[in-house]
Amino acid sequence: MSEIFDPARWRPAPFLPEKEARDRALIFVVAVLCFLACLTAMGVLAANRAAAGWTGQLNGDATVIVRPKGGETPDAAAARAAEALSGATGVTEARALEPAKAYDLLRPWLGDVTDLEDLPVPRLVVVTLDARHPANAKQLNAALQSQNVDATVDDHSVWIKDIQRAGDLVRWLGVLVFLLIAAAAGAVVAFATRAGLAARRDVVEVLHLAGAEDGFIARLFLTRFARIAGLAGLIGAGAAAALGVGLRIAGGGEGLTPALPLAWSDLAAVLPCPLLAALVAAVAAQVTAMALIRDMQ
Amino acid sequence: MRYGRGPDVLTNLSFGLAPGSFHFVTGPSGAGKSSLLKLIYLAAKPSKGLVHLFGQDTTSAPASAKPGLRRRIGVVFQDLTLLDHLSAFDNAALPLRIAGRKPADYRNDVAELLTWVGLGQRMDAMPATLAGGERQRLAIARAVVNRPDILLADEPTGNVDHEMAVRIFRLFVELNRLGTTVLIATHDQDLIARSGRPVLLLENGRITARSAPEPRPPEPRPSGPVPA
Ligand SMILES: Nc1ncnc2c1ncn2[C@@H]1O[C@H](COP(=O)(O)OP(=O)(O)O)[C@@H](O)[C@H]1O
Ligand SMILES: [Mg+2]
Repeated sequence: MSEIFDPARWRPAPFLPEKEARDRALIFVVAVLCFLACLTAMGVLAANRAAAGWTGQLNGDATVIVRPKGGETPDAAAARAAEALSGATGVTEARALEPAKAYDLLRPWLGDVTDLEDLPVPRLVVVTLDARHPANAKQLNAALQSQNVDATVDDHSVWIKDIQRAGDLVRWLGVLVFLLIAAAAGAVVAFATRAGLAARRDVVEVLHLAGAEDGFIARLFLTRFARIAGLAGLIGAGAAAALGVGLRIAGGGEGLTPALPLAWSDLAAVLPCPLLAALVAAVAAQVTAMALIRDMQ
Repeated sequence: MRYGRGPDVLTNLSFGLAPGSFHFVTGPSGAGKSSLLKLIYLAAKPSKGLVHLFGQDTTSAPASAKPGLRRRIGVVFQDLTLLDHLSAFDNAALPLRIAGRKPADYRNDVAELLTWVGLGQRMDAMPATLAGGERQRLAIARAVVNRPDILLADEPTGNVDHEMAVRIFRLFVELNRLGTTVLIATHDQDLIARSGRPVLLLENGRITARSAPEPRPPEPRPSGPVPA
């Protein structure tokens, strides 16, 4: 012995051994779960952004298909419609599309056509809507009817609804996956607590007989597993963030792909992970330990 | 009392220990000495009958009352039950920590006690590195460190030489003088004879003899164990 023990420098050692061989497996499993949870969170955020982008684009304008009334030329009808729409509230601009432009839009379906005039290409009016208070299809229809124009308004609401439905689905799936992962993490920690209590029965017994309360002993396991889970959460979140950075860089300015635009700010989704992991572990360990310790009296 | 569905290991037992008294309980191996102590330190419940501690029936007391009662009882277990991952110092200080005392208030007392039982040089040693007698003394230090109202010791001198046995006995006497009720289960007839303290003889789960009460009147104590 090189140094004499000095009671004044003594610090109480933890009642439970700090490191156990079993812990590594637990850290691995919880870290993997946290990694998956973080990926889910980032995926949901990116999907939300994509959906918002698409609806924003679709919300910004509407297309009106104009049918000429008896004796009127299609161009005149389109011009009249554009005029009627420009005055409507919620509309920034309404512009009749030249036949050639309209044809360009249709070219992929029609192929090359030489004699454009013979084709019954409908006249289109493109309406740019006010960004803050966009007019809806009903208001546009009312504006058209007041000028006695026969037309069909397509405000893309069908598409927007679909995108919103898809977005909701992704969000709910994300929540479901999240809950499943949290439940799995809780179960794993409960299992580890059970094993830890069985392995440290001697400690529990000695503490009990020395007059420790059940809650005091349970708290030892709570703290221990919360700390382990927090560490595992840090590892899992770090790995997920690293992967996110990789995807962001590899994907260029728009993130991985335009379909799943991951933003730098989305990486912040991993931040609460260690805390949540510790919280789930704390609850699981506390509940398990309390139930078992009470029986070990 | 009985273990599980086994036979009764203690039957028809009725005795009381005056607060502040000092008793030995002796008898052949398997007579039920350890079981009797277990009843008192609340590690076992009687299948029939009552155990009174500090004027209170423990068999009908709620579970929440147990920790409080146990903190007033120091036990030297026959199998010691030291915690292998804690140093001798940490093992000895354990009851004080559980009682919620601050390290600064008791560190020196623990060091003094360990020195007194001859472990002054081994305070930071792990139990696994201690000799049998050293472990025994550490278990005793842990049992008395919190100045319990009752001290129960199960074969506390089983692993130590005669000189240390006397020393340990003196520690118990000292504690008793300060008011602790002491009950020691032992085979050591020599120790019993030299002590001049009253003895309960336990045979086949019954008390078959009880020697004369101690000559010195005990200091008055508010409460003590009165198993019925
Ligand atoms: N944990 C136990 N489970 C079952 N039987 C036990 C247990 N402990 C002791 N016994 C039995 O109870 C009886 C009394 O044992 P014990 O109280 O240890 O006696 P002593 O301490 O006087 O040697 C013995 O017959 C023993 O076999
Ligand atoms: Mg015994």
